[in-house]
Amino acid sequence: MKDSSLVQQEEADILRQAADWKAQGRDVAIATVVSTWGSAPRPAGSQLVVDGEMNMIGSVSGGCVESAVVQEALEIMETGMPKLLEFGVSNSAAWDVGLACGGKIQVFVERLN
Amino acid sequence: MQSDTLGQIQNDREGKTPVVRALDLESGEEHLIRPFEDDSGSPLVQAARNAALADKSQVFEADGKRIFLQVFNPPLRMIVVGAVHISQALVPMAQIAGYDVTVVDPRRAFGSDLRFPGVALSNDWPDVAIEALKPDRRTAIVTLTHDPKIDDPALNVALTSTAFYIGSLGSRKTHAARLARLTTVGFDDDAQARIDGPIGLAIGAKSPAEIAISIMAKITQTLRQTPSEGSPVSVEQAPPAVSAGA
Repeated sequence: MKDSSLVQQEEADILRQAADWKAQGRDVAIATVVSTWGSAPRPAGSQLVVDGEMNMIGSVSGGCVESAVVQEALEIMETGMPKLLEFGVSNSAAWDVGLACGGKIQVFVERLN
Repeated sequence: MQSDTLGQIQNDREGKTPVVRALDLESGEEHLIRPFEDDSGSPLVQAARNAALADKSQVFEADGKRIFLQVFNPPLRMIVVGAVHISQALVPMAQIAGYDVTVVDPRRAFGSDLRFPGVALSNDWPDVAIEALKPDRRTAIVTLTHDPKIDDPALNVALTSTAFYIGSLGSRKTHAARLARLTTVGFDDDAQARIDGPIGLAIGAKSPAEIAISIMAKITQTLRQTPSEGSPVSVEQAPPAVSAGA
């Protein structure tokens, strides 16, 4: 709290973790919220970093879509092909992955090379 | 993302240089823009500058491409000149709001560790102290002593910096006298207009804590509502269909 804003501090920590994991020889993917519509839980720029063992730090939605993002991230670690994912309004009657808060977000997932 | 890019972002953060990562959302190609050092004047750089000023990562659309501009700004800082009663309320508020705070007061009895536990303190003269801190556009400078001997040297240095906010405690009369002194040392109307005085948002604040709230409110307003330069980046609209996740 003393250093900088909470969001920024968190961002710095997340990227530092990504660099550390990479330096240890792990596979690393980075997911970034690039745009939001309506009421989205995390603003553009929010990041989630995942390694090949599914360790993660950060968040792109506060829990709603992380598991789906992690699945995509594992595949992207293999292929190296980045992907733009979109998550929309959740139908609360269904068990679909989605945002209960009624927003829509785009998440860019890429491998750290 | 390339590890090199990540390394450069971290270096820029250490060096307190704002940097924007431009990421092509189709190809995944990326490059870094230093928006206040790049004079190319291209629409992309202008958009990156606006994004950095607004402290808001966003998509820029041009030539059918969607470029994500991810802003990495240095931390917010506040330099408080005068280890006075108002400062004792203002400093913790600023810290909660995410500012890295330094208190400057050459009067050792005021600027002591006892009054400001855990806060960076400087007992140098304000001009020397502020110059050493190298205020940038993520820095707010507040003078609270209303003693010209201390506040004036602080303002002389603050006005030559890019600090996004400069505020000075004092009544209208005190402030008018202060501006007259600044005129004699060569600061023109534009420079003087940068000083928020009488300080703070007009909320009828009376007690030191209330005055601190009014100062914090004005700084927040300046940070968040100052219009950006040039044309705005393209307004967010519903995107074209993209590969759906899940």
